[in-house]
Amino acid sequence: MGAELGKYKSCVSARSTDKELLKHAQDGGIVSSLFAFALDEGIIDGAIVAANKEFYAKYPSKCIQDNSNLDVIEPWRPIPAIVTTKAELIAAAGTKYNLSPNIALLKEATRSFGLDKIGIVGTPCQMQAVRKASLYPFGFRDVNVPLAVGIFCMENFPYQSILQLVEDHAAMKLESVKKMEIGKGKFWVYGKRGQVVQLPLKVTHKYEQPGCHVCLDYVANMADISTGSVGSPDGWSTIFVRSKIGDSVWAKAMAAGCFETQPIEKVKPGLELVTKLANEKITKNKATLDARATFGVGKALRNPYL
Amino acid sequence: MVDKITVGYTHLSGCTGCTVALADNYGGLLTLLDKYVDLKYMPTLADARHIQKVDVSFVEGSVCINDKLAVEEIKETREKSTVVVALGGCACYGNITRFSRGGQQNQPAQEAFLPIGDLIKVDVYIPGCAPTPQMIRNVAVMAYLLLKGTKEQKDLATAFLKPLMALPVQGTACGASTACFCDLMTNVIDQGLCMGCGSCAAVCPVRAISMEYGKPNGERDLCIKCGACYAQCPRGFFNTDVIGEYEAINEAIMAALQ
Ligand SMILES: Cc1cc2nc3c(=O)[nH]c(=O)nc-3n(C[C@H](O)[C@H](O)[C@H](O)COP(=O)(O)OP(=O)(O)OC[C@H]3O[C@@H](n4cnc5c(N)ncnc54)[C@H](O)[C@@H]3O)c2cc1C
Ligand code: SF4
Ligand code: SF4
Ligand code: SF4
Repeated sequence: MGAELGKYKSCVSARSTDKELLKHAQDGGIVSSLFAFALDEGIIDGAIVAANKEFYAKYPSKCIQDNSNLDVIEPWRPIPAIVTTKAELIAAAGTKYNLSPNIALLKEATRSFGLDKIGIVGTPCQMQAVRKASLYPFGFRDVNVPLAVGIFCMENFPYQSILQLVEDHAAMKLESVKKMEIGKGKFWVYGKRGQVVQLPLKVTHKYEQPGCHVCLDYVANMADISTGSVGSPDGWSTIFVRSKIGDSVWAKAMAAGCFETQPIEKVKPGLELVTKLANEKITKNKATLDARATFGVGKALRNPYL
Repeated sequence: MVDKITVGYTHLSGCTGCTVALADNYGGLLTLLDKYVDLKYMPTLADARHIQKVDVSFVEGSVCINDKLAVEEIKETREKSTVVVALGGCACYGNITRFSRGGQQNQPAQEAFLPIGDLIKVDVYIPGCAPTPQMIRNVAVMAYLLLKGTKEQKDLATAFLKPLMALPVQGTACGASTACFCDLMTNVIDQGLCMGCGSCAAVCPVRAISMEYGKPNGERDLCIKCGACYAQCPRGFFNTDVIGEYEAINEAIMAALQ
C-alpha cells in the first residue's frame, strides 16, 4: 500500500464546464478540455490524440501517415492524429478500447507538423514512453512536451479483439456502436439506437493485449495530470495533478473556469476504489512477472524492469 | 577548472552526424565545455586530434579492419581512457557500414567494418542514427556526475548509465554485436511484452517501422541496423527507479547547463 497511486500533488473529482464538449467526451471531458485550454493559452501548439474513421475523413492531413491501411479505416480503429482546434479535439474525444500508438507521432509532431510544444494523451505505458523519451532520447530529437495527460488503464485490446467482443459476443455491428465503456465490473456497449449490451469481464479477459499483463501502473503515475472515471460519480472524472507543470496548468484552467470540482473525499466511491483497483492490477501483474521468471525449465521470459 | 573531467573524441568510420548532433547542443555545449568538460582531442571541434589519456572517450564510427591506423586508434583509445563510450549506431553495432562491400574511392580495398566492441571492451553504448543532441548531453552530464559528483549524484549517474552499460554485454538478436528490427521481434514482441506505444516507429531514422493495427511491423530490408528502436522501446529496458524521477533529473540537467 502507498505507492499504487504514484506521486501526486492533489486529487479531485471534476467535470468540464463546456456543455458542448461534454456531449462527446467519455467521462468528465477532462482530457479534451485541458487541451482546449492549453491550446488557447499557447501552452501547447497542438496535441496528439486518438482519432478515428470519421475524423480521418474530415481531416486527413492531421493523421499519422504510415503503412497502416488508411483506405479502409474500420469503425472504432483509432488513428493517432494531431489536433490544433477545439473542433478537432471534439472529433477525437471518447475512449477507443484498442491500441492507438500515439507515441509514433511524437517525433513527427515536431518534424512534419511543426509543433514546438506538444500535448499528448495516452495510457500509463505511453506516459512511460514519453518520460523515457525525455531522459533517454535515443531518437527523439528536440521533442518538447509541456503537457502529458494520462488516462487510467486496467488493460487494452488489439483491434481484432474489440471486433470479436462487439460483433460476436455483444452481437452488434461496430459501426452501429455509439460508445464503449468498462465500469462497474462490466464491458458496456451502447448502440446508436439506444440498445445496451453488457459483457462480464471474465469474457473479455482472454482478449486483452498480452503486453498489458506485465504493466505495473494503473493511474498513469508519470503523467503531468492523469484522469479516469473510476472513483467519481457517473459523468465525473477523478484527477491526479502530479508534476509542477501539471500543477500550474491545472491551477490556470481552474482559474479560467474550465472545470467544476468536488473534493474527492466527498464523492462515492472515491479514492478507496481507485486504490483497490490499482492494487489488484499491480498484484496480478507482479505475479505474471514472477511466473515469467520460471516460465520454462530453468528458462525465464524477459523482464523489462530488470 | 580543476574538477573538470577530461574527454576525448575518436572519429573512425562515421559520417560526422554524431559530431553534428553533439554540436547541436549549441549553448549547452559551450556550458559543458566551460564548466564540466576539458575536451582534450577531437578531429572536428578541437585543435588537438591525437588520442591522449582521458577520463572518458566518445567514439564515433565503426573500425575499418583494413585500415591499420583505425585499428591502432581504437586500441589506443581503449588503453588511454577510463571509460569508452560507443557513440551512435556505427560504433555500437556497425550500422550502415555493415552494408559496405568496398570498392569505394579513394580506398577501394577498405571493405570490412566492425563495431568497436568487436575489437575492444566498451563500457557504454549510445545507439541511434544519429543519437540526439539531448541524449549525448544527458550522458555527458551523467559521466561528469559519476566521476566528480557527490555520493548521491554518483548513485544517480550509476543508475542512469546502468542500462547503457548493459547494452554492450547483453547482445542482440542477430548476434552479439549487431542491432536490427529483429531485436524488437525477439526480445519484445515474441516475448509477449509489446504494448503498442509506437516509440519504435517514431525513432527509426529510415522509417522502416510502421504501426499496423497498433503493433510494429518492420520492413527489414530498409533497416540500417542502428539500434534506436530497441533502445527506445519502454519494454526493451525500463528502469522505473530512474525514469520515475524524470522531473527531478531533467531539472538537475537543465540547472547544470544554466
Ligand atoms: C484502453 C483504455 C483503458 C482504460 N481503462 C480505464 C480504467 O480502467 N479506469 C478508468 O477510470 N479509466 C480508464 N480509461 C480512461 C477513460 O476511459 C477515459 O478515457 C478517461 O476518463 C478520459 O475521459 P475524458 O472524458 O476526460 O476524456 P475525453 O475528453 O473524452 O478525451 C479522451 C482522449 O483520449 C484519447 N484516447 C481515446 N482512446 C485512446 C487510446 N486507446 N489510446 C490513447 N488515447 C486515447 C482521445 O483521443 C481523447 O483525446 C481507459 C482508457 C483507455 C483508452
Ligand atoms: S494496461 Fe498498461 S500496458 Fe496495457 S495499455 Fe494499459 S497502460 Fe498500456
Ligand atoms: S528498424 Fe530502424 S530503428 Fe530499428 S535498428 Fe533498424 S534502422 Fe534502426
Ligand atoms: S516501442 Fe516497444 S512496446 Fe512500443 S510499440 Fe515498439 S516494440 Fe512495442
